[in-house]
Amino acid sequence: MKNLIWLIPILPLAGFIINGIGNKALSRGVSGWLASLTVLGSFILSALAFNSLADSNAVISVDGYQWFSAGNFNLEFGFLIDHLSIVMLLVITGVGFLIHVYSIGYMSHEPDYARYFAYLNLFVFFMLLLVMGSSYVVMFVGWEGVGLCSYLLIGFWFKNQEYNAAARKAFIMNRIGDLGFLLGMFLILVNFGSLQYDTVFEAAKNMPSGAPVLTAIALLLFVGATGKSAQIPLYTWLPDAMAGPTPVSALIHAATMVTAGIYMIIRSNVLYVMAPFASQIVAVIGAVTAIFAALIAIKQNDIKKVLAYSTVSQLGYMFVALGVGAFSTALFHVVTHAFFKALLFLCAGSVIHGMGGEQDIRKMGGLKKSLPVTHFTFLIGTLAISGVPPFAGFFSKDEILAQTWIHNPLLFTVLAVTSVLTAVYMFRLYFVTFYGDFRGTHHQQENLHESPSSMTIPLMVLAVLATVGGFIGLPELFHGPHLLSEFLAPVTAYADAYISGSASHAFEMNMIIISIVVLALIIAFTRSYYVKRNNIPETDSQTEGFSLLLSNKFYVDEIYRAVVTRPMDVLSRFGYNWIEKGFIDRIVNSMGLLTNGTSGMLRLTQSGNIGFYLFAMVLGIVVLIALKLVI
Amino acid sequence: MTLLPLLLFVLPVLGMITVSLISDRKTAAIAALLISVVSFADICWKMAGFDPSGGFQYVFDQWWVEQLGISFAIGIDGLGMIMLLLTNLLVPLIIFSSFDRQIKSHKAYYGLIFFMQAALNGVFTSMDGFLFYVFWELALIPIWFICLLWGGSDRVRITLKFFIYTLSGSLVMLVAIIWLYLQTPAPHDFSLQSFYDLSLTASQQSWVFWAFFLAFAIKIPVFPLHTWQPDTYTDAPSQGTMLLSGIMLKMGLYGILRWMIPVVPQAVQQWGMLAVFLAAIGIVYASAMAIAQTDFKRMAAYASMAHVGLIAAGLFTLNLQALQGGVFQMVSHGITAVGLFFIADILQDKLKSNEMNDMGGLANSSRSFSLLFMVILLGSVALPLTGSFVGEFLLLGGIFAFNSWLSLIAGLSVILGAVYMLRAYNKIALGENTVAEAAFGKLTANEKILLIVISVLIIGTGIYPMPLLKIAEPSIVNILHHAGVNPI
Repeated sequence: MKNLIWLIPILPLAGFIINGIGNKALSRGVSGWLASLTVLGSFILSALAFNSLADSNAVISVDGYQWFSAGNFNLEFGFLIDHLSIVMLLVITGVGFLIHVYSIGYMSHEPDYARYFAYLNLFVFFMLLLVMGSSYVVMFVGWEGVGLCSYLLIGFWFKNQEYNAAARKAFIMNRIGDLGFLLGMFLILVNFGSLQYDTVFEAAKNMPSGAPVLTAIALLLFVGATGKSAQIPLYTWLPDAMAGPTPVSALIHAATMVTAGIYMIIRSNVLYVMAPFASQIVAVIGAVTAIFAALIAIKQNDIKKVLAYSTVSQLGYMFVALGVGAFSTALFHVVTHAFFKALLFLCAGSVIHGMGGEQDIRKMGGLKKSLPVTHFTFLIGTLAISGVPPFAGFFSKDEILAQTWIHNPLLFTVLAVTSVLTAVYMFRLYFVTFYGDFRGTHHQQENLHESPSSMTIPLMVLAVLATVGGFIGLPELFHGPHLLSEFLAPVTAYADAYISGSASHAFEMNMIIISIVVLALIIAFTRSYYVKRNNIPETDSQTEGFSLLLSNKFYVDEIYRAVVTRPMDVLSRFGYNWIEKGFIDRIVNSMGLLTNGTSGMLRLTQSGNIGFYLFAMVLGIVVLIALKLVI
Repeated sequence: MTLLPLLLFVLPVLGMITVSLISDRKTAAIAALLISVVSFADICWKMAGFDPSGGFQYVFDQWWVEQLGISFAIGIDGLGMIMLLLTNLLVPLIIFSSFDRQIKSHKAYYGLIFFMQAALNGVFTSMDGFLFYVFWELALIPIWFICLLWGGSDRVRITLKFFIYTLSGSLVMLVAIIWLYLQTPAPHDFSLQSFYDLSLTASQQSWVFWAFFLAFAIKIPVFPLHTWQPDTYTDAPSQGTMLLSGIMLKMGLYGILRWMIPVVPQAVQQWGMLAVFLAAIGIVYASAMAIAQTDFKRMAAYASMAHVGLIAAGLFTLNLQALQGGVFQMVSHGITAVGLFFIADILQDKLKSNEMNDMGGLANSSRSFSLLFMVILLGSVALPLTGSFVGEFLLLGGIFAFNSWLSLIAGLSVILGAVYMLRAYNKIALGENTVAEAAFGKLTANEKILLIVISVLIIGTGIYPMPLLKIAEPSIVNILHHAGVNPI
């Protein structure tokens, strides 16, 4: 098995190269299926690796080669397949494969077919590097690489300058985070002399808990995580990233890339449990982001924007879990979220496909009949994300809530409120889109169609996963084995010993009952409001008050523009015109002018007038004599 | 003593003679390319028999003016080898970049490029202070003619400024070199080793430091001694800009490593913080200036200044990682700079301007252009798996070990670089602009080949940088030993 590990990332890379070079020569069918099959190949290899890992419990590490070194900086390009990375590998390649297949149908009208699949494969390659690396620097290679692919895919339709702006924003905001990651790595290198996970964590364990350097490392890495995983203050790129093709939103901006920050912190769990202050920050930022994004989602009318803010909010949940030390719980939610959020996005894509590109839910309605498969699978996704038992989201979300309750009741309250908001915006989305009367154009109504099977089959597979995916982590209450946290135990052992405790059975029971009641109320309410009374969300001009604030996303983009982007442009131009041209260069030029000027004046003395020369000579002699006398 | 080291000068002179005999422009260009490839092969061949930890090799040492202690002494150590590799790798690429251009008086043009190559080879191998100075100034002459005779509309004023600015810097250095010579034990001599053996007081070191610093900082350039650079880069013909940014500015960085750190180590330690600070400010400043530009070539000029500012900052930290990163980054910056200025050349050739506001949508007319431009751009913003990442990682890491706050300031280039580069890419390649798209058309075969070669070099150095680092390391360690620093 060990000898085949390197094939896992190389297969999609090969797909990228073939599709990239063969661009025009390859037929559409070949491009799409080639790209999908390379990812399927990686999935099969990952499954084999999973098997051998589950059997022998021995991690697979591949030494790779010495990438670069200088003195005591020694950076290796090696792989590590352990219990954490294998879970990520299965999610990335599994969900990735389904989304590749879906794309074959979704992008069938796209002239630039091969380029799309080349980018998608390149993304999978970098994402695999990110989770397979045996050191922070290999993680960083994947980290920046997926950022690049995200940029390329958000701006896939590059004729549209609005999309390009969104792509650029994503890249730059990620780079702000990346600088934090980079500085974090330097701090690790300077203190531990290595970026290899095992060396770093062993060394960290010998340090006192709460050591300032560990806190600084944890915080710097977290800055990187806020960029990639779209947390406050670096989250605004993710909603804009919806400019990309919808399968891209599903794969990159919901299921995989945006969870890289979560993966990074689970990977560094040793550092975080020893930096309690940093963990607090992680939890608070996560909770604030969760509720903030959920509030915004309530007033969005673009089907993809709702889901995007929902993703930001769900990622916030995961960060809270990380912050309270529930690392395996966070991974659990990563997995279930990958299932149901990819499902929801792909359903949204199917809706958009059927509606001929329309994304505004106010112009949809009653799609239930014409898009039966999409409707049914979307309903499953909605139930899963809202936390209705026994769908996947119920288990992982309840686990996060229970863990938060033990450690921090205040954060628990925030998350509980967010859960309510989640159900509200999701059922609003569901009812407005699929129930009521059709509100689109006549032309759209005539062409309304269910998507081809290459799109609906992935929907169905994901729907099954979103339904049963939660059973890999049954709560203690049900006496079932928590497969995931048991499997992950070797990775989080150190942290688990540090942070222990689980909620009482009575509390869990109460929470389940309460959540079922509340969810039932929300469903009944949204149904009566949007379906029975046939309310549709107001037009933009009717929106006012707090709703206006929400529908404008708290004006954060406008604030950033006023505080960062505009000043940067103005200062640059001011600097160029006034400091560069007006000051520094003027000094340089005046040196030249000064020389010219002085020589011009001195030249006047060379007048050719003998009398003046004599006068000057006599004057000089007098001065010399005078000096002689004085000294 | 063999004469083999002299091939460094014989081959360029052969090149000058050959091109001066060929009156057909295309044939002359091909001949020039072939001879420059031979000099690259010569370097590769020298590298094959090179022992990185063997100190100076391929030494040629003859008295030149024995009475004054001036010798014609050249030799190659690891650092010199990297610099020679850079020079002789880029010269063929630079010559090749002119293939599809109508170069007037091509004999003189290619002749001057060879002249330049010989002078640069001399700078990077001199083991004698006087010889170093001679080559240093010799290198200025051909580039001055190239800018003056083939430059843009404002060339006379700009080249005069460039010439006087850099010359005044070097004259101060000459004074320092002569002063150092007078400190050597009688009979005085200019040899590198004698300079290394001097024991100067702290105040003596200080003024020599600033004298050298002035000359090197102007050449690099370091903020605020840079205002000759954007004008010159913008106005020079493309090959001139490539020579300047790809190789010539590295003379200053090389000078710091060879002639400054080991000769006046205490002063470097004393003033290092100030120099790093100045360079770090310069990085942010140059990046901001790049953001304000709408002319692509001028933007690339400021980008280049930001990137070499980082190298300069790294060298003054006297930290092995930063020095190694700096040496490596000289090579990868050279490659990306040639790439970016070749992009500027292509734009200029096809659209008759580098004004980005008039461009757009070029990805619609030429996919290969937009793709290869993207690779070069990624090299410039130091994405992992490009050569610049390795260089910048070591540089920023070394600066971090020196002072973490300065590393944060210098690290802002990670963000700002993405801002101006992606903005430029957006304006040039993306969107729609029917006029520019039609005018641009397709890349020629030669343009495509050169861009592919540059892209391969960018990614190749990023994936497998170890050979270069291994060649440089022992000599860098040696330099740090001379400076009394224990490299870790």
